[in-house]
Amino acid sequence: MSVQRTITALPTLLRVGLAEAVAYRAEMLVWILATTMPLVMMALFTAVARDAPIGRFGEQQFVAYFLCTFIVRQVVGSWASWQMNMEIKDGTLALRLLRPVSPLVNYAIENLVSIPIRSLVAVPMGIVLLIAVGAGGVTHQPVLWLLWLLAMIGSWALTLLVNLAIGSLAFFFESSVKLMDIWTAAFFVLSGYLLPVELFPARMRPALDWLPFRYQIGLPVEIMVGAHTVEAALGLLARQWSWVLVFVLLTERAWSLGVKRFAAYGG
Amino acid sequence: MISVTNLRKEYRVHRRAPGMAAALRSVFVRSYDTVRAVDGIDFTIGEGERVGFLGPNGAGKTTTLKLLSGLLHPSSGDVRVLGFEPRERDDAFLQQIMLVLGQKQQLIWDLPPADTFELNRAIYDVPAAQYKQTLDELVTLLDLSVVMAKPTRQLSLGERMKCELAAALIHRPRVLFLDEPTIGLDVDMQVTLRTFINEYNQRWNATLLLTSHYMDDVEAMCPRVIVVDHGKLIYDGTLEALAEKARPEKRLVLRLSKPVDAADLAKLGVIVRHEAAVAVLRVERDRVKESVGAALGNLPVVDLTVENPPLEEVMRDVFRKTEPT
Repeated sequence: MSVQRTITALPTLLRVGLAEAVAYRAEMLVWILATTMPLVMMALFTAVARDAPIGRFGEQQFVAYFLCTFIVRQVVGSWASWQMNMEIKDGTLALRLLRPVSPLVNYAIENLVSIPIRSLVAVPMGIVLLIAVGAGGVTHQPVLWLLWLLAMIGSWALTLLVNLAIGSLAFFFESSVKLMDIWTAAFFVLSGYLLPVELFPARMRPALDWLPFRYQIGLPVEIMVGAHTVEAALGLLARQWSWVLVFVLLTERAWSLGVKRFAAYGG
Repeated sequence: MISVTNLRKEYRVHRRAPGMAAALRSVFVRSYDTVRAVDGIDFTIGEGERVGFLGPNGAGKTTTLKLLSGLLHPSSGDVRVLGFEPRERDDAFLQQIMLVLGQKQQLIWDLPPADTFELNRAIYDVPAAQYKQTLDELVTLLDLSVVMAKPTRQLSLGERMKCELAAALIHRPRVLFLDEPTIGLDVDMQVTLRTFINEYNQRWNATLLLTSHYMDDVEAMCPRVIVVDHGKLIYDGTLEALAEKARPEKRLVLRLSKPVDAADLAKLGVIVRHEAAVAVLRVERDRVKESVGAALGNLPVVDLTVENPPLEEVMRDVFRKTEPT
């Protein structure tokens, strides 16, 4: 589908996508409940930090960090790889392929339209954050909020692209779900989702800076809680968007090679 | 419009024996078979033609439709539809075709069909006036007004299939591939869909390629049939010629005022059915006149009809003749 036509069709795609997301409200609620791990970690770390801070993290810092993590996760989360895996295996992808709009654009739009629904949880949680830790828990620099916005878009794009790239591997393997599970396990540990990246041993930090996981969630959270200067944030943003570019290329390659192998089973 | 030359599609299929030992062995050593779903077929279809694509299960019909609509990439051979190579999935190509899969649906399950229609309008960039006109016609012809606002999941199978067809036609495709469009529908609904599809073909001169296991669909919609079996094309021509070729005989259906002896019937032809008031005989085409005369002269006949053998039987014979030895 040409870019111009995609833009023309976008309002309808978004409107119908939103109607669909609302229709699947129970599924959405389950997804939201399944992403409460940062709240569990918040309880755990604040209990540990009650006696003495861990690094620069005291109780308040942990509360701010994990509430921010919860909010960011609500907005940037994606489940496209599971959906792709299923649709490739049962042949449902055929219906997307028949339309003059790229299925990848379709998956992206479906993810995008669910953000307002997920924001129904993220926004109140933001208010809880302000009440719990006060305005001092988050950065006060407007420039950093601008960079946070870029980091959020980068996190959303990277998470979606990782899903699309791994989902496309279902064309090649019996199932790409296990690969996504492995990625998710690494993401949980290395991204800052379960514990702040700066609490990792110093010798591991350079590796975490170069791996993509931190840029899926850790970076916007860190910017939000004021963990970085503008210069440091810009450097990390450059790495994040480099990973976005890498995954654009990987997704394009995996998809274009994979779709040739599509068997369109099931009627 | 559609041209297919030496088209082949092969699948690599993992094979293993049943049981735990075989399962464990397959972790380390895998064996594969190559299945030829489509094995070197050639045909052309002109604009506005309605063609039935027939064959037993696993013959390669649906695979061919998927190759023609660009869902599958051929292993070899050449396919052109409307001048496009389907596997390229060019927007201009997708804009002019549609594949309706009787066992898969494009309707959004939890939303009313009207939303899917609107989505297709946007995706296919149908001008507002044309969309309104097409939708009004589809709603009237397929009697959709009562289902437009109901969630798809609450529609009956027949209602869903009508909506599915409507969704497929919003952009007025020039080539329509239909894979088992009437599967699972009751007789009334089958007739409605057949009539509608024929009208669409005549009105827009659309090309139609249909697979169906219901021979009534084929008889009602397809003057020409292409028969495939084991991936190979075994017949391409009119339905009548196929019936004549496979079953060079007619059916004599006799309604009788009183029972007759089987021996008397056997003199006229091979007995297919013999009851007190009805007898059905199979008669060679060149003996029909003679047998009809004899029946009217010698038996208590109150009504007599000469029919072609049922298409189901014709097809069964065709496929039996192509069984691999």
